[in-house]
Amino acid sequence: MSDRFISIEGIGRSYPKSGGGYTSIFENLWLSMERGEFICVIGHSGCGKTTVLNILAGLDTPSGGAVIVDGQAIEGPSLDRAVIFQSHALLPWRTVLGNVAYAVSSKWRDWKAARVNAHAQRFIDLVGLGGAEHKRPAELSGGMKQRVGIARALSIEPKIMLMDEPFSALDALTRGTLQDEVRRICQETGQTVFMITHDVDEAIYLADKVVLMTNGPGAVLAEIVENPLPKERARSDFHRHPLYYATRNHILDFLVSRSRDFIEGARGAYNPREVPILRPGLPEPAIAAVQDASAKPNRSQHAAAH
Amino acid sequence: MKTASLTGRAAVVSLALLFCFLVAWHLATRETGTSQRMDPEYAKLMGVTATQGKSAMPGPIDVGAKLWEHLRRPFYDNGPNDKGVGIQLAFSIARVLTGYLLAILVAVPAGFLIGMSPLMSKSLDPFIQVLKPISPLAWMPLALYTIKDSSLSAIFVIFICSLWPTLINTAFGVASVRREWLNVAKTLEVGTFRRAFTIILPAAAPTILTGMRISIGIAWLVIVAAEMLVGGTGIGYFVWNEWNNLSITNVITAILVIGIVGMLLDLMLARLARLVTFPE
Repeated sequence: MSDRFISIEGIGRSYPKSGGGYTSIFENLWLSMERGEFICVIGHSGCGKTTVLNILAGLDTPSGGAVIVDGQAIEGPSLDRAVIFQSHALLPWRTVLGNVAYAVSSKWRDWKAARVNAHAQRFIDLVGLGGAEHKRPAELSGGMKQRVGIARALSIEPKIMLMDEPFSALDALTRGTLQDEVRRICQETGQTVFMITHDVDEAIYLADKVVLMTNGPGAVLAEIVENPLPKERARSDFHRHPLYYATRNHILDFLVSRSRDFIEGARGAYNPREVPILRPGLPEPAIAAVQDASAKPNRSQHAAAH
Repeated sequence: MKTASLTGRAAVVSLALLFCFLVAWHLATRETGTSQRMDPEYAKLMGVTATQGKSAMPGPIDVGAKLWEHLRRPFYDNGPNDKGVGIQLAFSIARVLTGYLLAILVAVPAGFLIGMSPLMSKSLDPFIQVLKPISPLAWMPLALYTIKDSSLSAIFVIFICSLWPTLINTAFGVASVRREWLNVAKTLEVGTFRRAFTIILPAAAPTILTGMRISIGIAWLVIVAAEMLVGGTGIGYFVWNEWNNLSITNVITAILVIGIVGMLLDLMLARLARLVTFPE
């Protein structure tokens, strides 16, 4: 890759086992991201996705390896990397504006209050919460709280946004609207995003690349699936794209069966530094069969006409 | 028919209970008429208790009259052993507040230190565990010997008894601030001092206030006993002095006043706690 904006270089994380030795959650993980890329990581619970994200955030340290962001190895948390927490993590004693302004004033410490508030207000409006800025988190619905979390992360204009299953606690309708918002904002601002999810559709809708992670312990990155869908996609019809089911089924197959025995299946051919990049290109056989079936009567009609 | 609100019905029950109590008290202590024929001279010596069967315990009317008398003239001063109940209370409250505020000034920062540093928490824990269960009055001789001033010793006793609940609650509140809020501060690169004041303090404030509320309750309990020992002034001294005067009426009046002041102190702290509580 030409522009290695973020480069995860051989990181691993292990915990001491009771009775000596270490349990490795994952090891020797290599991944690079380009500027403006949206990457989703999918894998089963316990494979260490959240640990990878925490290492990227600087909240956790790897047992080995390093992460380089924009040419600098990360050492601890930074305002360059904003985190959107699964549990929104708003400060309940502050208003919506107070929560966002807290982040803004942390980034630009010499700004006057008026400037901080104006800047925060801009991002509150961006996530569609204008008018609710003086409410406290307890007065907001789950979706609105997560919007505040997004506004707070965006307001510090980070180089990269890290999202840890940001929508998993929301109902399906709210999740859909928020996905649309995030997609719109990320496209407008060219934000680089690293997101963890359980939801295959969410990954296909939002991501440029979907990274598949095998089950832990000893989890590895199995494949990087390039999203074949066009950059301009709409929620209303992205699932009708001819390559949608191919992509979806590939990811689901991985999650259901291959994530368990990927390493054995690779038979030593797996190289963690060269994670295979895959681009689902062929339509799913099942779809083809349906097309054939619908095509046949046409042909016979033609035959009858002749 | 509309049912009255819960508060309204509770007030009716409370008043009914109070009324029953006052009636029972009155009946138990009233005069039963001349019980014995005796020589008038002897009867004069014996007083109403023996001659008319009146209980030595004052009835509610006696106490009410005495209370009214005190309330009408709370601040009179007829020398060291005869001061208005208002003056005595003022002395007690001043001692309690001085000792209490000093304790808060020490306990909150110390609790912060213990809560934020696992090392300090572990190393100070044995001292706290040993010092906490000591009755504050056990410090009194040591305080009198070292400070050599009875009034300051009382303040010291209040200080030492108010210290522990606030210290322990502050340490607990600070140590159990939610990980995610601390992570927010970390990812925003917030420094230690700013983190302490903008994240930990507001998050732990409800727990700290609970500790402060327990402290003021204990301080008010202890001041009465402490003043009985040090003497001179204060509501505790007043109770002991009136016991020596065998004025049970005054003792009961003082008990009532102690209860009401204690309730008011608690209410003040509860109001303060509500200010810093945040809904989740």
